[in-house]
This record gives sequence, structure tokens and C-alpha cells, in this order.
Amino acid sequence: MAQKHIIGQAESRWDAIAKVKGQANYTGDFPIKNLLHGKILHATIAHGYVTSYDISEAEKVPGVLKILLPEDLPQIKYSTAGHPWNLEPKKRDIEDRTMLTRHVRVYGDDIGAVIAKTPLAAKQALSKIKVTYDTYPVYLTPKQAMALDAKRIHEERDNVIASTAVGFGDVNQGLDEADFVLHRQLHTPVQLHAHLENQVATAFQSEDQRYTCISSTQIPHICRRIVAQANGLPWSLVRVKKPFIGGGFGNKQDVTIEPLAVAMSKAMGGKPVQINLTREESLAYTRTRHAIDYDVKLGVKKDGTITALDMQVLSNQGGYASHGHAIGGKGGTFINALYKMNSLNYGAKTVYTNIATAGAMRGYGMPQVIFALECVIDDAADKIGMDPIEFRLKNHQPDGFYNELSHTKQQDFRIGDCLKQGPEAFKWQAKVQQAKAFNQLQGPTRRGVGIAAFSFGTATYPFGLETSGARLILLPDGSFKLMVGATEIGQGADTALSQMAADTLGVPFESIIRDAITDTDTDPFDTGAYASRQTYIAGYAIRDAAEKMRKMIIQRAAATFDIRGEFMDIVDGNIVSVSDGDLITTVKDMAQASYFDWQTAKTMVAESSVNIHNNSYASGCTLAEVEVDLQTGKIKLLSLMNVHDSGKIINPLLAAGQVEGGMAMSAGYGLNEGLVYDELGRPMNNNLLDYKLPTTMDLPDLDEIFVETKDPLGPYGNKALGENPTCSPAPAIRNAVKNAVGVGIDTIPLTPESVYDALQAAKAPKGVS
Amino acid sequence: MKHEINFTLNGEAVTCAVDIRKSLLEMLRDDFELTGTKEGCGVGECGACSVIIDGRTVDSCIYLAVWADGKAITTIEGIAQSDGQLAPIQAAFIEAGAVQCGFCIPGMVLASDQLLKDHAQLSRAEIRRGLSGNMCRCTGYQKIIDAVQLADAKRQADPKTVVLPHFKIEQ
Ligand code: FES
Ligand code: FES
Repeated sequence: MAQKHIIGQAESRWDAIAKVKGQANYTGDFPIKNLLHGKILHATIAHGYVTSYDISEAEKVPGVLKILLPEDLPQIKYSTAGHPWNLEPKKRDIEDRTMLTRHVRVYGDDIGAVIAKTPLAAKQALSKIKVTYDTYPVYLTPKQAMALDAKRIHEERDNVIASTAVGFGDVNQGLDEADFVLHRQLHTPVQLHAHLENQVATAFQSEDQRYTCISSTQIPHICRRIVAQANGLPWSLVRVKKPFIGGGFGNKQDVTIEPLAVAMSKAMGGKPVQINLTREESLAYTRTRHAIDYDVKLGVKKDGTITALDMQVLSNQGGYASHGHAIGGKGGTFINALYKMNSLNYGAKTVYTNIATAGAMRGYGMPQVIFALECVIDDAADKIGMDPIEFRLKNHQPDGFYNELSHTKQQDFRIGDCLKQGPEAFKWQAKVQQAKAFNQLQGPTRRGVGIAAFSFGTATYPFGLETSGARLILLPDGSFKLMVGATEIGQGADTALSQMAADTLGVPFESIIRDAITDTDTDPFDTGAYASRQTYIAGYAIRDAAEKMRKMIIQRAAATFDIRGEFMDIVDGNIVSVSDGDLITTVKDMAQASYFDWQTAKTMVAESSVNIHNNSYASGCTLAEVEVDLQTGKIKLLSLMNVHDSGKIINPLLAAGQVEGGMAMSAGYGLNEGLVYDELGRPMNNNLLDYKLPTTMDLPDLDEIFVETKDPLGPYGNKALGENPTCSPAPAIRNAVKNAVGVGIDTIPLTPESVYDALQAAKAPKGVS
Repeated sequence: MKHEINFTLNGEAVTCAVDIRKSLLEMLRDDFELTGTKEGCGVGECGACSVIIDGRTVDSCIYLAVWADGKAITTIEGIAQSDGQLAPIQAAFIEAGAVQCGFCIPGMVLASDQLLKDHAQLSRAEIRRGLSGNMCRCTGYQKIIDAVQLADAKRQADPKTVVLPHFKIEQ
């Protein structure tokens, strides 16, 4: 009997039925008796100090129970970043905030809070609190915050919170040796996660006198630690439960409202309190994707050799450090991972400003740096008159490249295959010809095609700790309960992880039972959903646990039937003879015996925990076709295809869904999305009407192909896929627009206004603006 | 102030004394504990709160609860058959892989179901237009549109699955 492989099958996600029935409970859906409602008082200036509060009118609002000011809560400084705790104090995330503050660093900063019987009463009370401020100058950009006379946003440290440089070779010499030097300034916007479920958390004192926090978090175990730290509680006094979660994309990798929810419950003697952010709060006052400015010099020879790349990076951190320099500082390694060059200098600064705090967002710095890199790479190809695909094929790193910046050997690195198979599947050549013919008609629009490539790491090694645990319990009927700390946030992790367990155990996919809730009290430790790490890191843990469990089942069968274990295999839930496939017994019978056999009953639990010290680099590219209206600057996306080198694809249906969602997010990044501020630092478009998420009408059909191989390190031959799709669509679209209209625009989003302005500027005679 | 209203909810006649300030979304979630209907924005931008009122897809967050008086309302909890068997559109969403985080899905499923009921046949462009009021951040819509097309193809192949329109007011 042949082993039926479950890895690689398009299994339906286990939670899909509950979700189409409206039966899936998210944090806000749990019925909780006598629930109180907490609301946050947000600052109405972007930089300054609260000199006084007048709460006398607010207190009179019927239903208001308590008004909290900064002094009422612990003044313990903590960081909201969802990173594993570091035993070395120097390596910890910058601890620069308290739950509530009088020091206002961003518009909307949390300067007070109200607890009331109804959300309406809380809201009414908020509107009646009078606040007086001392105001300070507002810095919207790193350059402003770095000015010599700029005030420190946090007294304890400079506005430049980190400054690093990585690279190799002599960049000045490289630029000298080049036939052409391209010098570009590129800018990326403040993108918002805009998960459909806003942040929501409910906290209460449980029967055991500890605090439970139900939260829509990506990182339950880290959330527990940060809630405890901020409140000055022992970690074990906090229990976090994560039910279904309506998207996170990195925003819920920051512990934003949970500490305050627990503090509110404590202030109310343990009564349940819920904080449920509004859409406007979630968009403007939580976390964002860092806006980054790039100053790039690229030296290239006529034959296509890249002699030097100098990239100077200013990352706009916003008011608090959150993930800080981990994002802006990240690019050098992955530029080196992607392209050969004689010299590289990647210098990055991360700078406090007075806009919303930037944190983790899908791609974690890569969408920004890949945008900058792939614009300049494409322009370099144009400069020397080389086809953009040929230029990339000439310069990409080979399979097996040793990346000296991360000390990682890039095994099974298939960017070359992506750059060959992608254009073929996309019908690149045909589209180039069609665009030419179309443009010859000299109508009101122009068409063009563009490409962009990327590299991407799997998980965070060697920069971050990578641990994960898994537990399998054999149930009496031969099915298995799989317990993991790895977090399902809509991406399908639970389904992929269940497939892994089933595959290694040799049982049907349906035999694996997951849980809708991740619970820090009962689930094994795992740091959570980020860095495209879970199928990789948790995959090792699951494989270990499943192998242990498989061995235990075979041992029982061996003892029961007096057959050596090595002569037996588990196939599709049956225990069979390896030599002839004959049925010996079933997992179900062994399970029954393990619970109820008078002599031998002993239930089976397999547990594992791993600490992973390797990283498999993924890669890929995007191909885009656009039509640009010359009169209005409006871009129509005609087709978009992503190509991924992500090793073995665990579940092709879920993988395709991940890729398409990421492509849409990056298309929005390139074309429409961006939070904008007025000069006082007030957000202008923190709602879904004015912040333009792509709708069904804004996207074409999305295509993807996988250059599928088996990664030699990944537990099931797999490597990162969750975030990768957001890396290259925006620059591919930008390059397609350039191909269509002959103007390369270096600031996204490419809104109709910006395209129109760029077209006008290009038309204007030289020397006239 | 409360006001008593009578309406049909998922096929059942119901009465509710509801706070006149409440939205239909709040009434469904708080008074009827039908938490399948989600709030994504509360101001009519995202479609997560979509329900069907007299054969039309409506954002329940900007529809006053008292307006439900005399109407027939279907929520996500009301479209499966009474024995729990999934409606064809629900099955199609699963088959096409259209579900990710699931937060937009109740609204999407209802909007899609109504779209199918309103059209004997649907092109992809018509599906895009029909679902343009429902936002999804996870899927890029590709597999959601696939799901509606799949459900459409299945009913063309098997006319028995055609479900007649719900009670609908012509204007
Ligand atoms: S919650 Fe009603 S439209 Fe967004
Ligand atoms: S599935 Fe997550 S918003 Fe649509």
C-alpha cells in the first residue's frame, strides 16, 4: 500500500465551514456577562505635553464608571514589538512607552481612558474631557526630526534611534569604474494594514484570580509577556486566548491595546472590560508600514556588470520605537541575496518623528527596499539598452550562493528559474509586441509591461530566536489533537500544520483536530505569526512530535502482534506490513487499547520543542501589464502575475490564496494606498472611504505560478511564502508604467495626480518647471 | 427610548423592543446574538455587515434597527438549510478556497447569494461590479469571484439548485 501524501494536496481549510456559516467566533463575538466598555482618550495634537485634564463634566455622564489618567496606571516603560524576549538587556527592543502618557508624541496618542457601562456612555464622556497642552514643533519626516535644533521626541535618546551600515567592497571605486552612474531618490508611503477586523481585546479576572485577555493577537505568548510587563505582574498571572482573528498583516504583531484592557479590568476589581477600536482608531493610531526614503547610486557597465550600489536609507519610525531599526536596517542582506555586484554600501537610519508609530507589516521592510532596488535596477537596464529580464538574468545570484552578510548559504535558490518561467507563463514577449502595436495607434492611453524580482528570508535566524513547540494527543478513536503555539490568523497555518502532522503520522488529514483558540495556558510555546516562519519553524516541531507519536503507535503494535516495528508502516490510518502491504491493525484499534486495555492501557502524548538555527532563502518576481491614460494619469492594471520560489508548496489552494492577497496588497501600495498628514501631523484619511483599499473593481484576475522544488533544509521542503507576495508587485507596476509612458516615477503610490504631474514635467522643456 | 418592531428574521417572525438609536447591526448582534454579522467600519464603507433586506444587500451598520419593522431579513446564519446543509454559495466558497481570515466572508457570501438570485447568469465583470461594495484584505478577491462563478456554473448545470428569489420589493 503506497503512502498517500497529504503534503501538496489542496485540502480545504478546517475552519472554512464555520466561517461561511457565520459560526466562527472572533474576539468581539463571545457573550460575556456584565461586560464593561473601555475607550481611549486620544491626543488632538501631534507633539507636546498635557498640562491639565478637566474631567468634571465627563464624570457626570450616566454610565461612566471610571476615568483613568496616566498617573492612575503603572509607569513601567515597555515595548509593544512582538519579538521574543531577549535575555541580554542591550539587545531588547527600545522600551519607550507607558500605557497612558502626558507626553504626546503622535496625533492620537493615548492620554487617558474611560470605562463605562456602554460604548456610547464612554464616547460621550471622552467628548467632555477638557485637555490643555503645551505644544512642541511637529516633525513629519526624518529630515525634520534630524535637524540640529530639533527637539528630542523622547528625552532619553536622540531622534535617530539607530544607524547602521553593511556592505562590502569599495563603493567609491565601483562608482568610478562604472560606465554609467544612476542617482535616484525614491519614496515609499505610510501603508496601513487595514485588516477587516479592528483590534479588540477583552480582559477579566478569572476564577483563579489571574487575568485572562481574549485578544485578536498574532502573538499570544508574547502578548502575555508584554501585558504582564506593562502592568507589573508576574507573567504567569496573565493568560491570553486568541480566537479566530480577522486578519493581522503585522499590525497585531504589536501588543497595542491588551495591556490597557487588563489595566482597566484591574481598575474595576477584575470585572470584564472590552476595548474595541473603531476603524478610524485602528487605521491612524495603531501601527503602520514605515515610510522610507532612499538615496541610491548605482554604477553599471555597458556589459551589464553592476560595479557599485550605494543606498542611503531614512526610515520614518513615527512616535515610538516599536520594531524600530529591525525594518529599515534590513535591506542590505537581501540585496546581496538577490544580485551580484562588486561593491555594496547599505547605510540606514531609523528616526523618531511625530507621525503614527510604524511597526511590522507584511514583508517587514522588504516591500520598501525592493521597490527602491527594482526601480533603479530597471532604469539601469534601460540606460545600457539591455532587456530588463536579461539584465536580471545576468546579475542574479546563483543557486548555492553564500551570503556573507547573513552567513547563510542560499541553497536551492531558484530566482533564475523564476526569471525564465515567469515571463514565459506571462507571455511577456507577446505582451511587449501587443503594447507596441497598441501604442502605435496613438490613442489616449499607452500600454506597457514591467518586471521586478525579490529575495526573502524564512523566519528570522540569524537575527532572531526561532523556537516552537508542538503536542499531539492520540484520542480514543484514532484521531489526534494537534496543539501548537503557532498562530492561525487567516493565512491557513492551522490547515498546513495539520497536513504536516497527518503526512508524517500516515493518517488521513481529517484525523487531525485543531483548535479555534490558541491559549497560552495550554498550548506549547511558539513566538507566533510573523516573518513567514510558522510552516518552517513550527513545521520542524510538528515533524518531531509526529515522528515520536508514530514510533509509539508502532511500538504498541509491535508488542501486541509480536512483529518487529521496522516491518510495519502506518498508511492512511492502517498499520500495514512493509513487505507486502497486508493489514496488521489500525491506528484506531491501537488508540482504543491505549485507553482501555486492562493490562496495557497507557495514553499517548508526543511533545516536542525546537530551536532552529538555519534559514532558507526564497525568491520570486512579478510581471505586470498596465494601461495609462495620458490625459488623466489613471493607471489600469491589465494583468499581474507572481512567480514564487518557495520550495515545496504544502497546500496549493491556500498558497495561491496567500499569493493573490499579497499581490492585491502590493498593487494597492503601488497605486493608491497611503496615509497622509497635514502640517500639524493630523491624519487626513484614516477611514476606508479616503484610504483606498483595492476593491473588486481595481484589480484584474491575479495569476501565480510556483517554481516548485524541495528545499533541502525546510522540514517538508518548504520555505517562506506568507509575506513574499507583497515584495515585488508595486515596483513591477511602476516599471510597467515607465515602459508605457517613458517616465519612471520614484514615489509611490502612483495616483492619477502623481502620474499626471510626472507626465507634464517630462513634457516641459528642459530648464523650465 | 425603545420602540417595538415586528419583522421576519431568517424566516421566523420576531418582535423586538429596540433602542431607537441602534443600528440594525447592533440589534442583530446584541439583541438576537447573531454575531455572524461583522462590523468592519460601522459607517457603510466595507460591507462586512451586509445582510439581505427584502431581496437587497444592505450595510446593516447604517440601517436603523427600527427600519426593520415589517421587513424580511436574512443574515449569514439564515442561508444554510434547516438541517444544517450548506447553501450552494457557501459550499462554493469552500470549494474555491475563497475563505481566509473569514471576517469579510459573511457579508461576501450574502452579497454573492443575492447577486446570483438577481441574475440568471453572471460574467466575471458582473460579479466584480456586484461585489464592489464588499472589501476583503486577504484574498485579492480572486477566489471569491471564482466561488461565485462556480456556484453560477453549478446551477446552470443543474437547474434544480436554482433558488427562487426571496421576497423582493419592486420599485
Ligand atoms: S461595518 Fe457596515 S459597511 Fe463596514
Ligand atoms: S478573508 Fe479576510 S478580509 Fe476577506
